[in-house]
Formats: sequence, C-alpha cells, structure tokens
Amino acid sequence: MPQKNGAEQSDASGSMPKSQRTKIIKSSDDSEKKNLAKKIKDTEICVPIVYGNIAFWLGKKASEYQSHKWTVYVRGSTNEDLGVVVKRAVFQLHSSFNNPTRIIDSPPFELSESGWGEFEVAITLHFQSDVSDKPLHLFHHLKLYPEDESGPLSTKKPVVVESYDEVVISEPSEALFARLQHHPAVIVPRLPAGFTLPSLPIEDLENRNRGGTKDHNPLNQWFSKFSEADELLRLAAAREQVQGHIARLRRQLSLIDGQQQQQQQQLKTASDM
Amino acid sequence: MDAKDILGLPKNTLSMQEKKSKPPKESQRKPDGISREVYALTGGLAPLMPAIDANHLRRKVQTENEKITWQWLPFSNSARKDNLQLYHWVRVVNSVPPTGDYSFAKYNKSVDVIKYTDEEYEKHLTDNTWTKEETDQLFDLCERFDLRFVLIADRFPSSKTVEELKDRYYSVSRAILTARASSPGEVSGHPLLKEPYNVSQETERKRALSLLLSHTKQQERKDVEVIAHAKRITEARKAIKASQEPPVPALSESEPVNADKDDLTADTTAPCINPQFLSANPVSETATAVASLHMLRVYLRTYALDQMVQAVSSSAGLRTIKRVEQTLQDLGVNLKPKVPTKAVCAEHLELRKEILTLLNLQKQLQYKEAEGSSFRDSSYAETPGTPPKQSQRAADLDRTFTPESLQIGGERFVKREQKRKGPGRSSDAPSSPAQSKRPRKYNASDLLNIYM
Repeated sequence: MPQKNGAEQSDASGSMPKSQRTKIIKSSDDSEKKNLAKKIKDTEICVPIVYGNIAFWLGKKASEYQSHKWTVYVRGSTNEDLGVVVKRAVFQLHSSFNNPTRIIDSPPFELSESGWGEFEVAITLHFQSDVSDKPLHLFHHLKLYPEDESGPLSTKKPVVVESYDEVVISEPSEALFARLQHHPAVIVPRLPAGFTLPSLPIEDLENRNRGGTKDHNPLNQWFSKFSEADELLRLAAAREQVQGHIARLRRQLSLIDGQQQQQQQQLKTASDM
Repeated sequence: MDAKDILGLPKNTLSMQEKKSKPPKESQRKPDGISREVYALTGGLAPLMPAIDANHLRRKVQTENEKITWQWLPFSNSARKDNLQLYHWVRVVNSVPPTGDYSFAKYNKSVDVIKYTDEEYEKHLTDNTWTKEETDQLFDLCERFDLRFVLIADRFPSSKTVEELKDRYYSVSRAILTARASSPGEVSGHPLLKEPYNVSQETERKRALSLLLSHTKQQERKDVEVIAHAKRITEARKAIKASQEPPVPALSESEPVNADKDDLTADTTAPCINPQFLSANPVSETATAVASLHMLRVYLRTYALDQMVQAVSSSAGLRTIKRVEQTLQDLGVNLKPKVPTKAVCAEHLELRKEILTLLNLQKQLQYKEAEGSSFRDSSYAETPGTPPKQSQRAADLDRTFTPESLQIGGERFVKREQKRKGPGRSSDAPSSPAQSKRPRKYNASDLLNIYM
C-alpha cells in the first residue's frame, strides 16, 4: 500500500463510555500461565470499526466494464490499526471477478478494484488467536453511483458509504486485556485499583500503529466521522417525550380508577335504597 | 287393520305365527326346584356353574353331640373401672359357659401420658410462657382426652393455640424422657426424640393448607399457569446449560416467578399475579439472549442489539412491533442506530421498552374507558356545557339510563347514539384498528372531560 502523508484525522467520536462493572476473580496461588488465561468477568473490550467503500468515477478513462475505481475496507473508527485484534480480512467479491475471494493478511484491511457493478461484498474478519477462533461476518453493499441519480458524475468527488459497528469481546482473558489495554484502536474499561494484570513485554511503540489509516492513507480525507453524541441526544429527547406520555397516561388511568370506584359506590348505595 | 287392507297384506298370517310361537314357549317353562319367577330372572336358562359353593355354607347343626342353649348371664368388663354388673345372652355349650374377658375390652386403649413430679418440674421444665399450673392443667386434659388436642385446646382455660399446646406437651415429654433416661443413647430411638415437634413449621403448614383449601377456582387456574410457565423457564435454562458448557449468569429474573409459585400463601390477588406473570416472559427472554451473547464471546454490537430487541419484544405481537417502529420514526429516531456504541445501544433498547410500556398503557386506558362507560346508569351531575366531541369509536357501548338523567344527559347521548349509527360502525372501542395513535389518545382524554 503506498504510504503517503495525508491529513491527519482527529478523533471523531465524542465521549466514549469507559466505566464498566468489573468483577475480579480471586486469583489463588495458580501458576502465572493460568492467571493469564483467566477471564475477567463482566468486562468487555470494544473495538469500534467502520467498514464500507469509496468509489471514484473514472470519467474519460472509463470503459464499459471498468467505469469506477473502488476500494472496500474495514478500518478502525478513529483510523487506528486494527491488526492488534484482526489477523486477516477476507473480502468475497462478485463471482465475475477473478479470484473473487481476496484475503488481506495485514492491515490496513482494504481492497481496491475497478468495475462497473454494485453488489454485496461479504467481509469476514478473522481474529488473532487470543481474541477468538470464530470469524465474524459483515455485509456491505458496494455503492458506485450517488443517491442523486440525475446529478453529473464527478471524478473528483467519490461516493462514500460507510457503516459503523463495534466488535465486542466479552470476558477477555487477562493476557488479552494486558495486551490491548494501551492500544488506541481499542476501548478498554477501567479496572478497579486493586486489580493487577500480569506484566507483558511492551510492544514496540513505533510499529504499533503502522497499519492504521491515520497518516498513510490518501483516502482518509473522505472518511466520515461518526459521532455518538448526536444519536444520544436524539435518543434522550425521544425517551423524555415517551416518559412524559407514560406519566400522563398513568395519571389518566388512576383518575378513571377513582371514578369507577366512586360510581360503584354510587351504584351500591342506589341499589340499597 | 285398514293399513293392511290398503297395503294388500293378508290379515291372518301374523296372528297365526303368534299362536304357533306361544305353545312351545310355555312347554319350556318347567323349572326344577326353584320357583318359576326366580327361574325367569335367569333369562330362562339354567346357570352353568353354581354361584355359591355349597361347602362354604355353614352347616346348620355342628354335631349332634353338643347341646346348645342360650342363657342370660352377667359378665364383667375389664375395661370398666367401676364394678358395674351387666347381663347379656351367652351361648352355652354343654352347660359350660364361655370364659375370657369381655370381647370388646381389648379395644380400650389409652395413651401413656407422662407424669412428672414437682421436683422434675423445677429441674427441667420451667418455661417463660408457661406456668406450672397451666402445664399441670394441660397434662390433665391430655390424659382425659387422650391427646386429642383440638378438644384440649377447646377446654383449656386460657386461650392457647393447638400448636402451642402441642409444642409444650411434646417438649415437656422430651425433657422428661431425656432426664429420666440413664444415657441419651437409650432414648434416642424414641419417636418423640427422633422427630421433634416443630411449632413454626406446623403453624406455617396449617396456614398454607387452609389457604390452599380456600383457593377460588380462578386462583387455581392462575397457579397452574404460573407453574407451567416456571416449568418452561427451567427447561429453557436447562437447554442453555446443555448447549453451552460455561456457567450462565444467575437468572435472578426467574426467581420472582418461582417465588410466586411457592408463595401461594401470600395474598396475591388476581391483578397482582398478572403483571408479574406477564413481565416474566420478556425478562426471561432477555436473560436467555444475554446468556447466548456471552457464549459467543466475540460478536458485533449491532447483532447484540438485534438479539436484545427481539428478546424484549418477544411478548408483543407483530402489530405491536410495527407500532413501536412507527413511534420510533415519529420521534425521529433511526430504527437501527447509525452509531451503535454501547451507550447508544443501551439507550435505544430502553427507548423501545418505554414505547412498549406506553402502548400497553394506551391499551389499558381504552379498556378502562370501555368498562367505565358501561357503569353509567345513575343520574349525572353534569353541567350542560359545550357538547363533547362526538367521537365515533368511544360510543359503542351499552348504557341504561334512568328517566331523570335523560333530561340532562339524554339528549347528549341520544345525539351520540345517532351519530354512532350514522357511519354504521359497530366495532368495539378496544378492537378498532390502529390507524393513528395520537387521535385515539385525545379521544380518551376527551371522554374524561365529559364524565368529570
């Protein structure tokens, strides 16, 4: 992958929640290996990812079968290196492509091709052995043409479609936790003060983020920012509204209950007379 | 006879046949040894096997040697403490009257009620709640009434419950037994010591029993439902445990259901059981979903959210789910969050739950309205103000009016009736189709304003 200096992306997301409930397993006098393999209960490590595609129209250079140049990828949501958890990514393309199963063994996990059609790309993420032995599947519909069908196509402005998701690693082993705890691609919960993790050799800081899309990728100027703040605000507002309605209905219901009781009383006294 | 003429049948043939059949039958009726009627009972056929074995019948005369007379003789009864002399008929064989005690004396059993001395009382039996006098009275009654505690409780001078009396009696007996025994091992086999009387347990048991007996049929049905549901939950839990080996987080949500089942003694009235019962369903589904996610270890948050949403909506029908989604859209919220972080997903889930609650409340309100209107038959104290909004759906209910009310409310309601007939709708309020939620809500509140 060509390594050019691109504009650095600032951290996109707003406040990421960090605190989680953690229950510490009482470590007995086991050997250190056993300790490392122990799972930390009620904890989850979260890897926010973004996957999607960028497509450029080739303009004059477009032929019938190669009208667009597109790149499909999976990246860290803050453009950090996903290689710390993802071992490789497999992109399954349309059968009309040569070798439709493309395996990307190292980060950045992206694949560029040229073509004319839109189809569904099946992305399979294989994780490092200490994360999981089962792969996860993502599906992305490759988009080449902009929503606004009538507008002119531009070679300068690409079509970008991205989806945000998070890979949740629940109850990670202590070793994995130790390995990941300082990596920027990963959200790691705060552990209580008394919890001591086994010490592991500190990874080479320089090499750590090499596979990230921060500095080296020319495409990162097109990446979207995903902010949870906006969504949170809207959800909070919606909840308030609904809660208001609920309160109102509850009041109405209790009112009717009171009325009905009264009427029953009236009926009783009426029938007694 | 005329019919036969018409049909053209010969008249005489049948009667001829009857005559023929009669004589042979009569010749058959010749029983031996038993009367004719009895023979007829058997259906005209003799039995193949004798019903009674003749050997089992007691011979009328045992032997000719003995001479049997019956004499009116006095007898004594060992069961009696007084020396009452009674007489009865006695079968005398060869002038020898029968010996032995009165045949019924052996049935005179009584209980061995322990008798303690004052010394023993001082040493072992003093108790805070029982005076010596009371204990003595208790034991006296026990002996008189053969430990029939219901009677004893009735006769006991100060009021104590049956369980308390039993408790005192048994603990005293136990104490005396252990005190008198030379070694504890000797007496440990005694039933009083092997299974000591447990007051609290007994009280509780009797209370539960009486409550169970006084259950109405409705409560019985509810209990059956709850038990069936608990069974389903435990089976689901077992299924999870079987398929996934690591331990599942404690399903504390199922405990309220179990407690409900066991706690039949609690005053659970019908509405009380229902909400607990209904809410246990999506809650247990949620627990199942959480467990399965845990099992996955590594999963996508959108997938997790989907599972949780499904679990929460498990008790809702398809229509309700559509309404929830409609509401979400109305509120300007994406059906699937664009930025599914942990916080966003949590909020989204909570919002969905709240919308479900809201829809349930709306439904409840409608039902209440329907119920409430049917109560109206007494006179109204209404102020003739502005006529209410004539809502079509709300008026579909039976009402009986007393004549007085017609002057004030009558016209209004007549109008309403007419309006109802107008469009020709006859559906009940609760079951009207869910076209738009907002207008319905206003209808409900309008009704409230009318009947205030």
